[in-house]
Amino acid sequence: MTTETEVMKPAFLADETDRKVCFICSKGNLDMAYPALIMANGAVGEGIETHIFFTFWGLDMINRKTMNDLKFTLLGNTAMHPPRRFGISMPQWLGGLPGMTAMATRMLRKQIGDQGVPPVPEFLSMLVDSGAKLWACKMTVDMMGLTLEDMHDGVSEIINVAEFLELSEGAQIVFV
Amino acid sequence: MTSTAVIAGHEVTIDDEGFITDPSVWTDDMAAALAKNVGIDELTPDHWTVIRHLREDFAAQGETPTLRRITSNIGIETKRLFELFPKKPGKKMAYIAGVPKPRGCI
Repeated sequence: MTTETEVMKPAFLADETDRKVCFICSKGNLDMAYPALIMANGAVGEGIETHIFFTFWGLDMINRKTMNDLKFTLLGNTAMHPPRRFGISMPQWLGGLPGMTAMATRMLRKQIGDQGVPPVPEFLSMLVDSGAKLWACKMTVDMMGLTLEDMHDGVSEIINVAEFLELSEGAQIVFV
Repeated sequence: MTSTAVIAGHEVTIDDEGFITDPSVWTDDMAAALAKNVGIDELTPDHWTVIRHLREDFAAQGETPTLRRITSNIGIETKRLFELFPKKPGKKMAYIAGVPKPRGCI
């Protein structure tokens, strides 16, 4: 006999697995900071175990001294075009003019903000609140003369490569 | 692909992921049954605040709000949303509120 309160698990819960994903952030440019954060946010919201390992320049994303001030430069970015003017390249020499990096950074920050995406430090807090784990790379921390106190509050620990490989066992790894 | 399901005595059309296809057929008494289907045994006032907001925002915007939008709109914390609707909060709350799953990335 069935009753009205019979539980019917919807199909979107049928794919619940032990899936795990690890992002490696190795870049400290503003435009290179967001891809991993956005994908990690999507992953953790889908119930996937999510870790982010910050190494080399990626450490700037979690370093209190730099995380509020990541920059975006035109230099070396051949995809750069004026806003919404696709197909028109920006000449590379333009990026070398004084003030261009600051201007490009302001513009990109505004465009990202307009999409409802928070600044990097707030984004990291949001990820931690969602259950993601943040890890700092030991070699980079030593090389830059930093400690855990210099990092964003959400960073769990400073770990070495061996420890990262242990925690990422069986995970899908995305290198940015 | 759609099919029909009986939720709290109402026959409704659902899509292949289980979401009610027409938000207008949703009624309050379906929420508890839908919540049980996703492992939430009791809807607290906090659950209802989120469900009501999802219904209102969907009606106003024509789109289901994302977690980020919900936290900005009603001041509830991200951590709390994950406590109320564990694991897949965005999809679970939309499912219970009878609106489509959120499409935004943030």
